[in-house]
Amino acid sequence: MISEHLVDLSRLQFAITALYHFLFVPLTLGLSWILVIMESVYVMTGKEIYRDMTKFWGKLFGINFALGVTTGLTMEFQFGTNWAYYSHYVGDIFGAPLAIEGLMAFMLESTFVGMFFLGWDRLSKRQHLTTTFLVALGSNLSALWILVANAWMQNPVGAHFNYETMRMELTSFADVFFNPVAQVKFIHTVAAGYVTGAMFVLSISAYYILRKRDIGFARRSFAVAAGFGVAAICSVILLGDESGYEVGDVQKTKLAAIEAEWETATPPAAFTLFGLPNDETMETDYAVKIPYLLGIIATRSVTEPVTGIKDLRAEHEDRVRNGMKAYALLKQLRDGPVTEEVKAEFDKVKDDLGYGLLLKKYTNNVTDATDEQIKAAAHDTVPAVAPMFWAFRIMVASGFAMLIIFFLSFYYCAKRQEYKKKWLLRLAMLGLPLPWIAAETGWFVAEFGRQPWTISGILPTHISTSTLSASDVQNSLIALVVFYTLLLIVELYLMTKFVRQGPSSLHTGRYHYEASAERG
Amino acid sequence: MILDYETLKLIWWLLMGILLIGFALTDGFDMGVGILLPFIGHTDEERRIMINTVGPHWEGNQVWLVTAGGALFAAWPLVYAMAFSGFYLAMMLTLFALFLRPVGFDYRSKLDNSNWRSSWDWGLFVGSVVPPIIFGVAFGNLLLGVPFFFDDMMRPNYTGGFLQLLNPFALLSGIVSLLMIVMHGSVWLQIRTLDSLEWRATQVAKASSVALLIAFALAGLWVAFGIDGYVVSSMPAANSSFTPNMKEVTTQAGGWLLNYQQYPWMILAPALAFLGMIGVYLFSHLARPGLAFISSSITLSGIILTAGFSMFPFIMPSSDAINDSLTMWDATSSLLTLEIMFWVAIVIVPIIIGYSFWTYRRMWRRLDVNFIRGNQHSTY
Repeated sequence: MISEHLVDLSRLQFAITALYHFLFVPLTLGLSWILVIMESVYVMTGKEIYRDMTKFWGKLFGINFALGVTTGLTMEFQFGTNWAYYSHYVGDIFGAPLAIEGLMAFMLESTFVGMFFLGWDRLSKRQHLTTTFLVALGSNLSALWILVANAWMQNPVGAHFNYETMRMELTSFADVFFNPVAQVKFIHTVAAGYVTGAMFVLSISAYYILRKRDIGFARRSFAVAAGFGVAAICSVILLGDESGYEVGDVQKTKLAAIEAEWETATPPAAFTLFGLPNDETMETDYAVKIPYLLGIIATRSVTEPVTGIKDLRAEHEDRVRNGMKAYALLKQLRDGPVTEEVKAEFDKVKDDLGYGLLLKKYTNNVTDATDEQIKAAAHDTVPAVAPMFWAFRIMVASGFAMLIIFFLSFYYCAKRQEYKKKWLLRLAMLGLPLPWIAAETGWFVAEFGRQPWTISGILPTHISTSTLSASDVQNSLIALVVFYTLLLIVELYLMTKFVRQGPSSLHTGRYHYEASAERG
Repeated sequence: MILDYETLKLIWWLLMGILLIGFALTDGFDMGVGILLPFIGHTDEERRIMINTVGPHWEGNQVWLVTAGGALFAAWPLVYAMAFSGFYLAMMLTLFALFLRPVGFDYRSKLDNSNWRSSWDWGLFVGSVVPPIIFGVAFGNLLLGVPFFFDDMMRPNYTGGFLQLLNPFALLSGIVSLLMIVMHGSVWLQIRTLDSLEWRATQVAKASSVALLIAFALAGLWVAFGIDGYVVSSMPAANSSFTPNMKEVTTQAGGWLLNYQQYPWMILAPALAFLGMIGVYLFSHLARPGLAFISSSITLSGIILTAGFSMFPFIMPSSDAINDSLTMWDATSSLLTLEIMFWVAIVIVPIIIGYSFWTYRRMWRRLDVNFIRGNQHSTY
């Protein structure tokens, strides 16, 4: 039996390293396009200030990028180090997008990022702009492939189980690539990155304008960020991935948990705006509901029902019982002799094998599970509701707050009054943490909501780990947290230092601190 | 599809070798520069020269490693699972060392403070010296066999400890690997620097090529006379899909040399490795750094191929459950995955090589003190 302690530590390590990694990724995704926009203006108009803008925001981009690379390395190796059984069981499918990500995206991004920083005087204007574009393209392609991989964890299509090799094997790469969950996830995630880049530039530019420093530089940056931000936040909200929750059983479960939808309501279901979900009593106390809304958002119809948690658990209990049969037949196939009859029997129930494997948490033999254990396994199939409910609402609230900030900024930019509106500038500064709050809670909803699975309906988290001692993982976890935190402190220190210096850090002689030094 | 499963398995063995060689030839020289940084860069300006010779390229170079990791996952998932979880502490050490490089390169020269800069110099040193040693030690252990087995659910189990990985033969392999990287870094610096730095790099290249020659020869003798090799005595058809425990394996004294008897052309690999080392020494001495770099690249490729040829078809033999040993016949992905990944690699790898060459050409010049002084705020 795998110790629960090991599983918890492995999960915690993955969660922490992934959340750390995603502090840096969205800024890279968004800022890289903002750099492309700024540099394009420079190449088209020849105005030096746009080159300075590209260089200055590029410097901040670099400070952030370094930690994105650092924390990204862990992600690439962690499946093998800490999730060895997962790697064996689904590597045939999951490994492919990861390898393609390396070949198609990381190579491009990383080969050209050095040219972006150090190639200014070695490349023509157009060549340098192309370089910047390729960095942005590379980082966005990497998001594409990793989200194809991630979406397969949420909705595993295009694969089947092979009892001889004891793993999942690819049957259609096109199905994996065109997974509907992958498409919504990709757009939602990169657009969230664009929002992050825009908010970063908007907030810092607002700070300069408030301080009455480098006004021309800051107003232009503010305008680029406001325009890009409006477009990006609209995409995130309109193409939010709630629509992806109707595909696949586990996605449905996630939706029910997010909405604290205990019972299957008569369609169209009401949306719970606020309430206190209680996992024990399976009720939401003090619920404030908006009629029809959930049904319309989730199913895009007024007649489709949104299945509630209690009904989902009942369905899953049947699948666990089926899964036990599948497991027994699998044993027969593995131990032999293999007959066509057993094979046919197994094929009938093999889609529920994963549900049978959920019992491994309670009994190693699976087939001897008691009624109580079966009920416990079925109960596990729905993640804790309260954290899902709250994390989702925090994400949405942050999103709408940003929508307001970007629209106001854009409106006053268009009227050329943004620099006079102190309240707006202060609001923009206050908005700085919002994209990160939204991104981190969003990932929490997506991945915590996938529990108890690593691969939805196929492979339980509990058996996905490596065979390691809990103390090994505990030590690596502590070391990672300490090391990452130190690096984060260094990063924030440098970031603040260069933000304070502003474009004067370019030493062109044209900006605030340099000009005052000359005068003084 | 024109290629059958057996051919694809062979091609992927070769492609993994190419990725590994790509990693060694590119990231190898920037790691070499990182190792030499605190020793042959005497002043801050000299160190900045060294860093900036690799500045625009190290990031792309390192992706060869990341991509090799991803390709391992996709093509040989059992090896990825077993090696990374079995060598857990070693992998973590490598990761922590690698963490220091992106920040080291990017942050070092952002502040004008000598403590800050020298701390990052040592950070870059650690980030560059630890991975090649650990990779070498890991390869040494592969040749010796690693204690692991798969249970009835094909769950990978590693039965050894961390300290037993640090045995004498594996340590010698670690030294071989370290010397490869130091030599490669020093020939790179010969091409890209001037004056005293160039001179010091030349001395390092000569010394490390001699040391490597001795170490590699010793390791070869050890493999021939001191280690039992693994031999597949029977297995299902190579063209079919099967799990590792379905074959039979034996061990045999000098077993790792059997391939050279069966396929004599394989001797080219170690022969080229030795020739390359001699080339590095001679061309460094004659001040022909370009040829020295080519020689060094030949040596690195030769050594990696020697390891691969000696072990073929094994990737990771098991000393514990000998039939569970992982080979390139049974540790692989399904036919369809190998096929798709093959086409992806065939299309994209040439493109990568093309644009990488372009970036090197654009940045190609020798760097000196004047370069650093003229670009205080825009270089690393």
